[in-house]
Amino acid sequence: MADNTNSNYQDQFFKEKHKEEMKYQVITFAMMIAFTIIAFGLVVGDFSKYLVVPIILVLAVVQVLFQLYYFMHLNQKGHEMPSLMIFSGVFAAVLTILALTTITWI
Amino acid sequence: MSTHEDVLSSENLPHEPERATLEGKNKFMGFWFFLGGETVLFASLFGTYLALKNSFGDAEGTPSQELFGLPLVFIMTVILLTSSLTSVYGIYHMKNQAFKKMMVWFTITVLLGASFLGLEVYEFNHYVHEFHHTFTAHAFGSAFYALVGFHGAHVAFGLLWFLTLMFRNAKRGLNLYNAPKFYLVSLYWHFIDVVWVFIFTVVYLMGKVG
Amino acid sequence: MSTATVEKPGFGATLWEYLTTVDHKKIAILYLLGGGFFFLLGGLEAMLIRLQLMLPDNNLIGAQFYNEIMTMHGTTMIFLAAMPLIFAFMNAVVPLQIGARDVAFPFLNSLGFWLFLFGGILLNLSWFLGGAPDGGWTAYAPFSIWSSTHGFDFYAIGLQISGFGTLMGGINFIVTIVNMRAPGMTYMRMPLFTWTALIASVLILFAFPALTVGLFFMTFDRLFGANFFVPEMGGNEIIWEHIFWIFGHPEVYILVLPAFGVFSEVISTFSKKRLFGYSAMVFATVLIAFFGFMVWAHHMFTVGMGPIANSIFAIATMAIAVPTGIKIFNWLFTMWGGSIRFSTPMLWAAGFIPTFTIGGMTGVMVAVAAADLQYHDTYFVVAHFHYVIVGGVVFGLIAGTHYWWPLIFGKVLNEKLGKWTFWFFFIGFHLTFFIQHFLGLMGMPRRYWKFLPGQDLEVGNFISTVGALLMAVGTIILLYNIIKTSVNGERSSQDPWDGRTLEWSLPNPTPHYNFKQLPLVRGLDPLWIEKTQGNGKLIPAEPLNDIHMPNNSFLPFMISLGLFITGIGVIFRPDSNVAYIAIIAGLVIAFGSMFIRSVKDDLGYHIHKEDLEEEGAGVE
Ligand code: HEM
Ligand SMILES: [Cu+2]
Repeated sequence: MADNTNSNYQDQFFKEKHKEEMKYQVITFAMMIAFTIIAFGLVVGDFSKYLVVPIILVLAVVQVLFQLYYFMHLNQKGHEMPSLMIFSGVFAAVLTILALTTITWI
Repeated sequence: MSTHEDVLSSENLPHEPERATLEGKNKFMGFWFFLGGETVLFASLFGTYLALKNSFGDAEGTPSQELFGLPLVFIMTVILLTSSLTSVYGIYHMKNQAFKKMMVWFTITVLLGASFLGLEVYEFNHYVHEFHHTFTAHAFGSAFYALVGFHGAHVAFGLLWFLTLMFRNAKRGLNLYNAPKFYLVSLYWHFIDVVWVFIFTVVYLMGKVG
Repeated sequence: MSTATVEKPGFGATLWEYLTTVDHKKIAILYLLGGGFFFLLGGLEAMLIRLQLMLPDNNLIGAQFYNEIMTMHGTTMIFLAAMPLIFAFMNAVVPLQIGARDVAFPFLNSLGFWLFLFGGILLNLSWFLGGAPDGGWTAYAPFSIWSSTHGFDFYAIGLQISGFGTLMGGINFIVTIVNMRAPGMTYMRMPLFTWTALIASVLILFAFPALTVGLFFMTFDRLFGANFFVPEMGGNEIIWEHIFWIFGHPEVYILVLPAFGVFSEVISTFSKKRLFGYSAMVFATVLIAFFGFMVWAHHMFTVGMGPIANSIFAIATMAIAVPTGIKIFNWLFTMWGGSIRFSTPMLWAAGFIPTFTIGGMTGVMVAVAAADLQYHDTYFVVAHFHYVIVGGVVFGLIAGTHYWWPLIFGKVLNEKLGKWTFWFFFIGFHLTFFIQHFLGLMGMPRRYWKFLPGQDLEVGNFISTVGALLMAVGTIILLYNIIKTSVNGERSSQDPWDGRTLEWSLPNPTPHYNFKQLPLVRGLDPLWIEKTQGNGKLIPAEPLNDIHMPNNSFLPFMISLGLFITGIGVIFRPDSNVAYIAIIAGLVIAFGSMFIRSVKDDLGYHIHKEDLEEEGAGVE
């Protein structure tokens, strides 16, 4: 065990680090709200469907990446396996949705 | 690290208490993998919803454009996104070992989650009574309630989980035994939010657009 | 509860121990018993099918009963026999192969088993409560929706419950392998069985949620008035097919990859050679899993998805033959130049290679979308999938049974009887299924309860039934072998096959903490390295220390029992309001137990260093 002053010093270091992280997370939140407003705005604004749908889908994906990387800390160390599994899941998910929307007799 | 270490002590927690023990590491990994599986679960629900959207067969039904009202969905979205932020604050304080503050932020999270759920119930009730948009009326109804209802059930389960953990640990503070649990429930909560982002985009906004 | 206790515990104590155990080695035995029981049941059903089809226009069993038997045979074999038996070996072997004291989630491990067992029992209760499901194990709508008995309700709920168990098992093994490998056990030093267990678990993780959703839809449609698969109300039957096969195709790889793993271990051990092309084997495994997710619609070529979709899925399917071929060659090259011993496990491995290759070749044939319009739903397909599923999975399971029996039960199965089992089963298998290729090409449809005289189908079907009887004889010999060995077999040495991997470095019987000191792994085939370059003993990677162990728990049993009761209630809810009592009682039991689990601290206990020293010093 480290002596007291040392561990205090460490505490201080981590506190600073957490504060820094928290700042990014608040920014993330602001972006998410902004994206949400844009998406709703586009739909309310009555633009062409072919314009709106791709844009709001992209906004959703970006928003979700923010959540994953900042709120859920996928950007931090020790998250290699979680990322691998989440993105493998996304791969299976995309195939599933693609099939159900294209080759299902609809 | 010695095996005698008392995981129930709240003193001198290490940095990242959620992953300090092998049990914690295992829970952390396992839960992330579970979320990977949940991704496929929701994908199947989304795919089915998209295949059956506005599909009524011989039955009468209200198409999505007329059914959905955006103001309520917007409020619900903001509430849920905010609850995601408040749970981040909870974890922030957990990492700084400020147990009381963590509990305060998680309480706010629970309140926001509960109001989201309340609004969802109100919304469903509205569809059923104003539009006869029910689970059994037609395939669109089945697919809609399956997808959004599954998400709602996740919210409800998340609330129960939060509450159980908070009541159980209110008196004894943070320790190496419960830190992983708090961390997992907050991950779960974010995941619920992730799914909602797609629900409001794919179901409501795209439903409105047509 | 020390292993040093000499006196035998009584029956009650043993039973209680197994009902509450969280020890992966005991859970393995439970899986072996449960899966073995259902394997016999499914086999019995297969025999009935074959006896009915022995003669033309036969009236041994009626059409409805045939449909039920045929459906339950497939469902039982896949979900209740093959899956749990795979889990049995994963439990018995994986933690030992990676040098771990336990799995990552001992409690979930036990919960997974009990969910499987209660789900399986629930499904089979349908026999006594109005009739089993009767629309094929694939449960396509509209059969599954229109079927008038409760059969498919049992199917949906039973598989749902056991599916939860499987999902938990899958996550448990991924985390165990990722987090709990011994010092030095890098990914590329893991034995191939562990690798395949890892990849199969990953497939479980991504495939089973789709099944969960599909089964929910079926339950909702049948019992709660939903319309997912009801076209008049806007529903769509093809959704079920997609969801089922998005789960179903990865499922066949979930089954066969661990069998590949067994053969990789067996072939390298009994050829006394390092596995040829180890990294290619690993790579091929991963590649198969990856492709495995992109081919499901080859089961749906006749649905009318259009030429583009059909072509894409056809090509993706054929692509899987490449990594599979790599594996076949690697096994052959492992044997080449080795000093081969044909002990029973090796015999099965040698039988597996040509058998599986035939199955693989017919696989490429049915992958040709245009040709499949002819093969589809004929006996050709039945022949194909039995060549891969029996020739791959079942051969692998039996090989594993003989190979790891000494590890699990401390005794070597009788070799002579083992060989008799092999020859009866192997010859019987080919008699049964080879001829079915031709029956299929001659137009005999699958899932029919009768064929008529005068269509040249008599001889083939008769031969097929004779073969099935030979397989039954083989299985009975295996059972006899197991009983005989258990009763008067001798305790074997700790390493009867001159093994190469860590599980054979442990004393027999394996202590319940597995490794007194975690071993230091110095390369692939760690035990072999120590045998050839060291003194044959693993070097400990840590000083002797207290060992942390999990507590036993009865809650997994209770949770599963609760869900089982709820399931029965849900099934009979449309018939009677009394069912609500069962639903509520079951939920109270299940959630009450979960609640207890989450509020009661379960910190486990320690085995103290001093006690470990008493049991014999150090690594001895
Ligand atoms: C051991 C001896 C076995 C025999 C004699 C046997 C025989 C049969 C027969 C005659 C059918 C019916 C085909 C039809 O009417 O369409 C069938 C179907 C099937 N079998 Fe087997 N089988 C055996 C083992 C297995 C095993 C070990 C598995 C899986 C692990 C398996 C999986 C299936 C499946 C999935 C079906 C399709 C059921 C359906 O059409 O819904 N079988 N089997
Ligand atoms: Cu397939």
